Amino acid sequence: MRLLLVEDNARLAAAISDMLVLDGHALDHAGDLATARDFVDTADYDLILLDIMLPDGDGRVFLQGLRKRALDVPVIVLTARSEVSDRVGVLDLGADDYLVKPFDFSELEARVRAVLRRRGGATSNVQRIGDIAFDRLAGTLEVGDARIDLRNRELRLFEVFAANPNMIFSKTKLVDRLFSADEDVSENAIEVYVGRLRKHLTGSEVTITTVRGVGYRLSIS
Amino acid sequence: MNKRGSILRRLMLQLVGAAAVLAAILFVLFQSFARQLAIEAQDNTLFASASAILESVSVQQGEVSVDIPYAALSMLGNVSDDRVFYRIGMGAVPLTGYDDLPGKPGADAVSWTDTYRGDDLRMVQVTRALSVAGALKDVTVVVGQTQGGLAQKLAQISRMAILIGAIYFVVASLFAYWTARSTVRPLNAVAEAVARRGPLDLRPVTKPVPSEMAPLMVALNAFISRLDRSLTRSEDFIVEAAHRVRTPLATVRAQAEVTLRRVDRQENRNALKQMIRAVDESSRAAGQLLDHAMVAFRTDHLDQQALDLGAIAAEVVERQTPVAALKDITFDVDIIAGGGFNGDAILIQNAVTNLIDNAVKYSPQETTITVSVKGNSLQICDEGPGFPVDDIHTLTDRFARGTNVGNTVGSGLGLTIAHEVALAHNGTLTLSQNPKGTGACVTLSLPS
Repeated sequence: MRLLLVEDNARLAAAISDMLVLDGHALDHAGDLATARDFVDTADYDLILLDIMLPDGDGRVFLQGLRKRALDVPVIVLTARSEVSDRVGVLDLGADDYLVKPFDFSELEARVRAVLRRRGGATSNVQRIGDIAFDRLAGTLEVGDARIDLRNRELRLFEVFAANPNMIFSKTKLVDRLFSADEDVSENAIEVYVGRLRKHLTGSEVTITTVRGVGYRLSIS
Repeated sequence: MNKRGSILRRLMLQLVGAAAVLAAILFVLFQSFARQLAIEAQDNTLFASASAILESVSVQQGEVSVDIPYAALSMLGNVSDDRVFYRIGMGAVPLTGYDDLPGKPGADAVSWTDTYRGDDLRMVQVTRALSVAGALKDVTVVVGQTQGGLAQKLAQISRMAILIGAIYFVVASLFAYWTARSTVRPLNAVAEAVARRGPLDLRPVTKPVPSEMAPLMVALNAFISRLDRSLTRSEDFIVEAAHRVRTPLATVRAQAEVTLRRVDRQENRNALKQMIRAVDESSRAAGQLLDHAMVAFRTDHLDQQALDLGAIAAEVVERQTPVAALKDITFDVDIIAGGGFNGDAILIQNAVTNLIDNAVKYSPQETTITVSVKGNSLQICDEGPGFPVDDIHTLTDRFARGTNVGNTVGSGLGLTIAHEVALAHNGTLTLSQNPKGTGACVTLSLPS
């Protein structure tokens, strides 16, 4: 997915882009509105993350400008303002959602997913792995004739495996992806979700195999 | 409030006092004028009587003869049962009547008051020259009458004067009250116009006022515009402060989360998790303190508009759905359209957000949160640990948290905010246990 991050705080922008790149997204960063306009004019983005207070103006003006030009790219506003005032304002201006800083990355991810799903999104979200089809936006797996709706955590776990088939993921890494840092969970919690995915994948070429003492990986037989 | 005196009372006192003085003066003037008239009337009768007697004095064959006509004395008797005295004399020689009745020798057509035999008499004296045996002699008639009838009449007049004075006083007092009321009416009108204003209405007061009140209005409007400027400044300050605090917190949190992905040693991971928790706690506390300040400010003066609780709940649920989905928590929403109510949209939204946010926070993974709206009552039930029975009544206190919250991040202000919003709308917030076993239920009821 290609994202544009408009954020003037360089260190915050660096951390956000590190995280999103780790998750496998392509990301451009604009430190002010002028740069953001250049990016929007030259490239197509799946989604824009937009800060409100920027050195050369108000992010809301930029948002209004986008909508006036009939650019329908989804926008999630990142605001550091009070949680009450103005939050309805940005939605009225055409933002798809907003997040109050500081935010949890899993919440950012969840909101991005929700916005893209609501918008109906790009056409080819379906990834073929072996004899199964995985639609990350709809959150479905097609195994044989069956179409399985994945629950949120199953979806996110399968997404990690599907992005890098054959790569081994440690339980720790998987816990980081599935649970918020606020939650106290043991690494064994991941076994429940792996078990469920295995059940869904029964009868297909795709399996999740345990690499003893290291972790799990997705393999195609 | 430091109250000193009352314009209404002072005006009333002054106007009624003036009316009383005027009524007293009116009484005195009326009485003395009437008394004078009564005395004049008695004098006229006495003169008429004396003249009639004098007419009846004639000289026949050199002899003075008096034949007092009946009418001359009966006209006096008609007035009252006062006693009448008379004396007829020629020069200094008494002819008939009471010889010792006092007189005014030589005077003609005079009246006075005198004392005779222990009574006050009103006296008149008339004199005429008669030719007796070729010589002109002065014949004098003195008539006196006691003043009982006059006193009676004067008493009657006094009563009348008192009645007139009293009527005047009552009518003048009523006018005084009306005047005083209409004088303070513009003051009350301005006070009412200012009191009725919404929280954000800081326009100058433009109600027409009498010119005497203009300086007060100028001062009031200057004060309002100062307040407006200072509120705008503090609002800007809060926005700026939130921005200044939250952006670095966001940086720390994001970097910690990125680092957590890259670190394998358990101690380091724990340290990073502690850091993230600390950031969450401080940002949540800062956010809810600001929210609480805003709620406290707005509850003083609600910005009322017609609202639909079902629509607000549906909107908040939709927004919280992605966050709830992270823990595989689903919402079961059941909205029966209600009659609607009047309330402050921002406050109600804030209260509902706090309640649903709480439910998501305390719900275990893969559970259901039930949100039902019936009329103007919203109930949110979760399958979490529920409220501890012992502190269920204190949980809406500021910074109070249940004894069973475990490690869940919270500030203790969420229920406080919801409770204060409910109270400000004359509604209630009820905490109870989920009837379907474990879990908490919160019910927000608002009057329609």
